[in-house]
Amino acid sequence: MDVLMQADAQAGMPLLPALTARRRVRVLAVLIVAALVGVVLCLQYGTERIPLSEVVHILLAPDVVTEGVSGVSPAVILWEVRLPRLLLAFLVGASLAAVGVALQALLRNPLADPYILGISSGAALGAALALQLGLGWAIGGFSAVQLCAFLFAAATIGAIYRIAVADGRIPVQTLLLAGVIINAILSALILFITSLSDSTSAFRLFFWLMGSLATLGYAGLGALALCVIVGVGMLGGQARNLNLLSLGEDSAQGLGLDVERVKRVIFLTTALLTGTVVAVSGLIGFVGMIVPHAVRMVLGPDHRLLLPASALVGGLFLAVADTVARSLLSPTELPVGVITALCGGPFFIYLLMSHRNESVG
Amino acid sequence: MAACYQIRDVGFRYAQPWVLDGCSLDVNEGEILGIIGANGSGKTSLLKLMAGLLRPQQGQISLHGSDVSALSPLEVARLVALVPQESQVLFPFTVGELVLMGRFVHQTGWGWESEEDLRMARQAMRIMEVDHLATRTFQALSGGERHRTVIARALAQHTPILLLDEPTAFLDLKHQIDIYAILKELNRDRRVTVVVVSHDLNLASQHCHRLVLLHEGKPYRSGSPKEVLTAAHLRRVYGCDVLIDAHPMTGTPRITLPQTEARPHLIQQ
Repeated sequence: MDVLMQADAQAGMPLLPALTARRRVRVLAVLIVAALVGVVLCLQYGTERIPLSEVVHILLAPDVVTEGVSGVSPAVILWEVRLPRLLLAFLVGASLAAVGVALQALLRNPLADPYILGISSGAALGAALALQLGLGWAIGGFSAVQLCAFLFAAATIGAIYRIAVADGRIPVQTLLLAGVIINAILSALILFITSLSDSTSAFRLFFWLMGSLATLGYAGLGALALCVIVGVGMLGGQARNLNLLSLGEDSAQGLGLDVERVKRVIFLTTALLTGTVVAVSGLIGFVGMIVPHAVRMVLGPDHRLLLPASALVGGLFLAVADTVARSLLSPTELPVGVITALCGGPFFIYLLMSHRNESVG
Repeated sequence: MAACYQIRDVGFRYAQPWVLDGCSLDVNEGEILGIIGANGSGKTSLLKLMAGLLRPQQGQISLHGSDVSALSPLEVARLVALVPQESQVLFPFTVGELVLMGRFVHQTGWGWESEEDLRMARQAMRIMEVDHLATRTFQALSGGERHRTVIARALAQHTPILLLDEPTAFLDLKHQIDIYAILKELNRDRRVTVVVVSHDLNLASQHCHRLVLLHEGKPYRSGSPKEVLTAAHLRRVYGCDVLIDAHPMTGTPRITLPQTEARPHLIQQ
């Protein structure tokens, strides 16, 4: 590849400013290191501050038990509370960002995001129904809550697509309106379910809907990580197809892409990821929109780089946001959805205004 | 001459009225075929049907003996490249990246660009004179530069058949001449079959081996420019009178629109 790129550069203007495999490896390596460093830095913060040196010490020597200020060992806090929580935040953020990238290419719209389009609400309705009905069964390691969230997410994506598509194109106004309407209907249904529950479970449902990362055991984290790796990996495998798809369905098919097949794969994968993530984290908004946008501005639109990079940045972003949510009013904990919405809302308005004079979509 | 496309009794409609109705037509291997006709006569639909982007509700389109509807998009795109009338690129892809996407049919799996891909893309960009724009984003280009980029992408696709929808619509005079010079060169040297939809009857007359005049959903006349571009045929299809003489250099029919007077009573209020 290196020889090739040299030849490319010598032959005139380089054709591939953002495409070299080597650059991709380098960028992703930097992002992976940044994500690791970021998670370690975040481990310091919480109700009780654990100094960085001690964090590193505990991580390197997991068996050594030291005595903390409040009587609980910092090692226990780190291993049992903070690390699983940060890993959860990372997995959720990575999924939301990857789903955002794929939806933006599929719908040819930089404002697409599972939250804004109501897909997260769809998943939430499914999850709320399953919780409320007390469905306890599981199929193949997936709980009823996850499966319901997945099915409702898939149905919501399908509905939005059907509503918004006109002549093979998806105009931005129709898309956002479809999202708003779907969101309103789903929110009404969720409220209806909430009002049927007793006050304790209603409060729990409410808090969950705001987007909060409750602690998941390592076993649950392992299952989640598997889903996320498979889902994000499948989207990553579609990266070259997403490049073509973002040109529009006719152009993509003219260039040889089996558009219908790719659309099905992306619908199912994004629904799987959104459903899974909402089931464990509730409604966390805007990660799927801000992160891909910011990464695209820096690294360019090639999905072969954009998709994995966005997943890493999204994971780090949500890990940091959750740390802020836990520490800001400590010991009171804010739902992380509040933080992401407060960052993302203004960013969304900025995007909408900067795209106002262009024919987006 | 062998026919690469055999279009038989094709009927197509979006909603109620048939856009194409009983349309039959052969495209011969190695020819430059011009498709002309009034607005809404189904020229673009016919091109999209040939590229497999639309499916006929009636009849059949065979490409080298296989039904286009039965071929996969990849199989069609290895044989046929389509240059659409207009292209929108939403994300900030560069000209180089876009032209390389024309190589999709030649790549496999995860596919990073091969040396061959880069060479073909670079050649296509040089032919279309967009090589100096390689690192510019599509949005930053003028209409003509955008169109040339899309044509370069079709050339990079390296297919034996090229379909172009209004290839000269956004281009200035020099680039209009250049496009047809390139199409003729591809046709002569690489034996590329070219199908052009055009509103510019003079360019079509001058450069196409054969013209098909579409009217009421089917070919009204087809043949050499001299046979098709007669005052009587054009009056019948376009509903207006034109002056026809011979092009001073090529001798092909040259169409001139007559002087028209303002029609005082049509716009009264």
